[in-house]
Amino acid sequence: MSSLPINYKLTAFKTIVWKEVRRFLRIWVQTLVPPVITISLYFVIFGNLIGRRIGEMGGYTYMEFIVPGLIMMAVINNSYANVVSSFFSQKYQRSIEELLVSPVPNYVILSGFVLGGVARGLAIGVIATIISLFFSGLHMHNLLITLLVVLMSSIVFSLGGFINAIFANKFDDITIIPTFVLTPLIYLGGVFYSIELLPEFWRLVSQLNPIFYMVNAFRFGILGVSDVNVVFAFAMLVLFTVVLFVFSLFLLHRGKGLRH
Amino acid sequence: MTSAISITDLFKTYDNGFQALKGISLEVAEGDFFALLGANGAGKSTTIGVLSTLVRKTSGSVQVFGKNVDTNSYETKLELGVVPQEVNFNHFEKVFDIVVTQGGYYGLPVKLAKERAEKYLKQLGLWDKQNQQARNLSGGMKRRLLIARALVHEPRLLLLDEPTAGVDIELRRSTWEFLQEINRSGTTIILTTHYLEEAETLCRNIAMIDEGEIVVNTNMKDLLKTLHQERFVLDIRSELSSAPDLNGFDCQLVDPAMLEVTLDSDQDLNDVFAELQSLGIQVKSMRNKSNRLEQLFVSLLQKPEQKHEQNPVQKQEQLT
Repeated sequence: MSSLPINYKLTAFKTIVWKEVRRFLRIWVQTLVPPVITISLYFVIFGNLIGRRIGEMGGYTYMEFIVPGLIMMAVINNSYANVVSSFFSQKYQRSIEELLVSPVPNYVILSGFVLGGVARGLAIGVIATIISLFFSGLHMHNLLITLLVVLMSSIVFSLGGFINAIFANKFDDITIIPTFVLTPLIYLGGVFYSIELLPEFWRLVSQLNPIFYMVNAFRFGILGVSDVNVVFAFAMLVLFTVVLFVFSLFLLHRGKGLRH
Repeated sequence: MTSAISITDLFKTYDNGFQALKGISLEVAEGDFFALLGANGAGKSTTIGVLSTLVRKTSGSVQVFGKNVDTNSYETKLELGVVPQEVNFNHFEKVFDIVVTQGGYYGLPVKLAKERAEKYLKQLGLWDKQNQQARNLSGGMKRRLLIARALVHEPRLLLLDEPTAGVDIELRRSTWEFLQEINRSGTTIILTTHYLEEAETLCRNIAMIDEGEIVVNTNMKDLLKTLHQERFVLDIRSELSSAPDLNGFDCQLVDPAMLEVTLDSDQDLNDVFAELQSLGIQVKSMRNKSNRLEQLFVSLLQKPEQKHEQNPVQKQEQLT
């Protein structure tokens, strides 16, 4: 079995990533502006107006408590949305064939799309952090943990978006999962509350939600408080990354929905 | 001479059970300009699809420049440029970016990809559109953009799946000239087309495919020699009420000032004029009734039962 020289692969990888970045910058009104407005509203309504009546949570003001969760929510949503919409629209327009007829290996294609999703997720994460500074001071308990968690969460949800796009046959299919699966998991993943507030049964149910671990590990990195063990949360993130990457690669090799 | 393409016993059955290819074997020499003709659904695009890896073969062997596409997929893909039947670029990307990006997929450094993009966009008359979104191009320009994109990595083999479909005659002819130039510079070209004039003008060798099987695979000149009859339309200066009796020739009156004469391959057009002159009929102008390859195409791909049902003229009208 032959293999391409490494410099070919690197060039192809950079080309895919730059194309993805160019895409979300070109349609910035659709990709960058809406999250800014949504996050600002969350900060104003939940953090400022309602939060003042809630008082402290986990030893911090309610505004300080929800900032990490809201940043993570923005990162997750945008990483997922970037890959699912970009890959599906390329599949729909058949412009993905440009890549499929080329010698670019499947793992380079997948990595390129994932890094494109991570780029948008992190860009929105930075914007959300800047907005949060207008409402709350910036805490940083552990920078390394914060960056690792946000990066790995972004990778996991970029892979999720990729798998959604592979299985999608029509535009409805790329909105069903975000609406009926992703959004409930985010809202029930401890963005707005500590699971200490929940009854025992719902506390156990929450622990089945992968986003719960990401939000809490990220909150630990920023505030130093978490409902879960951070090492366990990292282990979950690594597991999700590996499983989803291998499954995505398997789907690409099978040519599911791409080759006849 | 090395084979650019060597296909052996290629079968393809789609998931819905449709058998698109039934064991075709095909050799295309390096440097050739090769036509693959067939009716809709005959298997042309499936063959192109297997070569470009967008279609997975059921069985058989495919080699590109002597390398098996299954075991040397990266090397064989580097040799291929593909112009698909359907426009398949991102319509919101700029023309220049589409070509440069494709170069990146083939490992070209950005500087080289930009130089190549400029070169081919200029050659194909698209340079002044470089900063426009692809959706703003006309149909003909979109098809030429597909060609520029396929050439950016300068492949040794170019696969063209109906490259001039829907393109006006002027643009089509300039595209033909460009493709002939590319072929002269050493690029092997395999072309599928519905315009049989295109295949006759451009290609040196030809295969005809029907219901997943190769029915003809030969040299274009040899194929055209097998045409037994040729039909001419003559515009005459006087008006006639019935077809003149031209000794030994099949002559029909189409309208009072137009005759249609059929010549067998052993008959001479001079004799037709001599007969007409002897009857005092002067010819104003003359043209072929149809493209010669078109006549062959119809006769070769016609089913036995259809041969009894329809005359060749009816068939030609259906084809066009």
